[in-house]
Amino acid sequence: MSIVTVQLGQCGNQIGFEVFDALLSDSHSSQGLCCKRENEAYQASCKERFFSEEENGVPIARAVLVDMEPKVINQTLSKAAQSGRWKYGQHACFCQKQGSGNNWAYGYSVHGPRHEESIMDLIRKEVEKCDSFSGFFIIMSMAGGTGSGIGAFVTQNLQDQYSNSLKMNQIIWPYGTGEVIVQNYNSILTLSHLYRSSDALLVHENDAVHKICAKLMNIKQISFSDINQVLAHQLGSVFQPTYSAESSFHYRRNPLGIDWHVRPPSSGLPSLGKMSLNKDLHFNTYIANLVILRGKDVQSADVEGFKDPALYTSWLEPVNAFNVWKTQRAFSKYEKSAVLVSNSQFLVKPLDMIVGKAWNMFASKAYIHQYTKFGIEEEDFLDSFTSLEQVVASYCNL
Amino acid sequence: MTQSVVVQVGQCGNQIGCCFWDLALREHAAVNQKGIYDEAISSFFRNVDTRVVGDGGSISKGKICSLKARAVLIDMEEGVVNEILQGPLRDVFDTKQLITDISGSGNNWAVGHRVFGSLYQDQILEKLRKSAEHCDCLQCFFIIHSMGGGTGSGLGTFLLKMLEDEFPEVYRFVTSIYPSGEDDVITSPYNSILAMKELNEHADCVLPIDNQSLFDIISKIDLMVNSGKLGTTVKPKSLVTSSSGALKTRHKKPFDAMNNIVANLLLNLTSSARFEGSLNMDLNEISMNLVPFPQLHYLVSSLTPLYTLTDVNIPPRRLDQMFSDAFSKDHQLLRADPKHSLYLACALMVRGNVHISDVRRNIERLKPSLQFVSWNQEGWKTSLCSIPPVGHSHSLLALANNTCVKPTFMELKERFMRLYKKKAHLHHYLQVEGMEESCFTEAVSSLSALIQEYNQLDATKNMPVQDLPRLSIAM
Repeated sequence: MSIVTVQLGQCGNQIGFEVFDALLSDSHSSQGLCCKRENEAYQASCKERFFSEEENGVPIARAVLVDMEPKVINQTLSKAAQSGRWKYGQHACFCQKQGSGNNWAYGYSVHGPRHEESIMDLIRKEVEKCDSFSGFFIIMSMAGGTGSGIGAFVTQNLQDQYSNSLKMNQIIWPYGTGEVIVQNYNSILTLSHLYRSSDALLVHENDAVHKICAKLMNIKQISFSDINQVLAHQLGSVFQPTYSAESSFHYRRNPLGIDWHVRPPSSGLPSLGKMSLNKDLHFNTYIANLVILRGKDVQSADVEGFKDPALYTSWLEPVNAFNVWKTQRAFSKYEKSAVLVSNSQFLVKPLDMIVGKAWNMFASKAYIHQYTKFGIEEEDFLDSFTSLEQVVASYCNL
Repeated sequence: MTQSVVVQVGQCGNQIGCCFWDLALREHAAVNQKGIYDEAISSFFRNVDTRVVGDGGSISKGKICSLKARAVLIDMEEGVVNEILQGPLRDVFDTKQLITDISGSGNNWAVGHRVFGSLYQDQILEKLRKSAEHCDCLQCFFIIHSMGGGTGSGLGTFLLKMLEDEFPEVYRFVTSIYPSGEDDVITSPYNSILAMKELNEHADCVLPIDNQSLFDIISKIDLMVNSGKLGTTVKPKSLVTSSSGALKTRHKKPFDAMNNIVANLLLNLTSSARFEGSLNMDLNEISMNLVPFPQLHYLVSSLTPLYTLTDVNIPPRRLDQMFSDAFSKDHQLLRADPKHSLYLACALMVRGNVHISDVRRNIERLKPSLQFVSWNQEGWKTSLCSIPPVGHSHSLLALANNTCVKPTFMELKERFMRLYKKKAHLHHYLQVEGMEESCFTEAVSSLSALIQEYNQLDATKNMPVQDLPRLSIAM
């Protein structure tokens, strides 16, 4: 089952490159710690999922690259080609000359509709190349103009045109202290729109990944390249093939098999997931946990701790909320590795902060003229605030 | 990638412009080793086959044939423009891009704005349209002028309205040289205030600079270079005041060093749009992030480092020093002290071998000593461009939307009132057709309103930041 990746904006494209690179390096890695047959099955599954085959044997990533200005896409394409091991499709990118200027409204209301046909066309072509298509992986940041605005627009279109396929958005949460001054506005607009059209939002915070680089990896001078590589590593370890629980020797066909639509008793909100290598058990209530273990001794690993009912909200049984996937084939040369994907209250605090800051700025009407210029009115802002306050409230009530 | 057109008006504007083109060529020559006409160069230059007569000569790809600046040169006296055309940069400019007259504006805004404005309106429009046609995707007009004289001030601001009407989607960035207190043009306050009204109404973004600050920076550099402090030597090319050396002649004109600082400012401002980096910042992001309200579009700039020592290894402390310096009042290109005033927004445009962790560390370090307006406590915008300026391994341009511009405007207003109360020299202006006293009073009101806005913001300084009550949701 194949996944088509859509990389949007500078962030999306920079990360997308690292993800494909990590996936392919891992699949070619020799130290799989498993038998040859298994390794070959793993490689084949990974290839089918993320790459299509070219005549001269160089795999082509199943990806569409979108950006409103050319510098980053040019760099991304050449870096991939230089590696020699894989590349992007020649016609897989859509580029314009003038960027979105960190303006969500410009991305969503101007660039989106203007280029809708071309972008959706490229995506359709990529989907058609898949023998069996399972869903979309959309990589974007929330803080800028292209990834956030066009990302929201494209996801909406994908919801209309491919309503039966999974749409998972990888969202990059910016540093708390300004990468972009209007990042809070762009973020609330993005999130509130994605809530209506995405199936799952996978979140990575720059601050958190930065801390991982600094404290856990001891990197002295952290660059965006370091951060993106850590991110790619985490994503890779989630998306690489895994065994399904039922038939132990077949790699799972649906890469995102968990039922992401968790339905609480009263309302039906799509889920907000967070990935982390740390498990913070005490102050958090979970709706769902997915643990993916790879490498040596996976079968004997003890995951009983995850079945503690205290972790989960009162209306869920742990058996419905917790899943574990175990695969003997090691990831990226690590003898043992584990990933935890959670849907919990973990993100309430950061979300609440962003909504709070955006609200304070909105009260002074600062920068609003930049948005109304392109058709996003104060009412649209209010709608976004309302829908996000609802999300915060729902999670708090767990 | 987009293109920008530089419109240099008046003596000051053209002299600075000339330095800008000189340094731009040097920068691109250093980066573009293979002589291929690429998108970065095309942002400011056309590639022309000079053997072709007329307009058909543009070449969009391949080897560089002959570079022509995307510029329009306007002056109502011929002296400066003629010198440029006879100097080493003559091949960079097209005679079709010039508009000159012989009589000059006599340091009279009204003559520049109204007399020459109406006389040359059509010609100017034609040249601007032509330069826009040569662009694939025109994003920005950079206007360079001084405020105190007649042509740059009057005709330069006349242009703004024209650009707004004719090219409403293209950004108008204005680099304005404000007169210092000891300015020898008596009517400079009149000219400046009349020009300010136009800047208030028709510019997207203004970078105010004053000669005194530039002069002080040069004195500092001279002191450093000549004192032989620390026993280390300064890399000559790295001076923020240095010319490229290769193209311009040895004998330096008096304002050269000062003009080079402004030229470097413009290069650094556009570097992240032209060159690649891990966190790009395009020109449209400047006003998006730094202009919270349309009328508050005056940005104070500072450039660091002013020079690089020949020491190759740069320990992090030097890097941190660069960030600290950007906020010191000695490094601002306007007489202003942003540290002790209120920030509405701040942009840090970094070039060279600097990582995001360096930027973050310095923001955290400097934040406590700076005051930001309550609704923008984290009002930082950062950009990282991989290509450093020539002669440096890294550099920083800080742009601040800060209430520290207020004193400059207030002083200007005071000087204006001193003259206006006595009606001194007023007749020179009023005898120009269409000029009335109401032009003056309107201009002063416009400035007063602006000052009042800054006052209101300043009043919120030191007030405790309160979180406003949020929407409450019924569950």
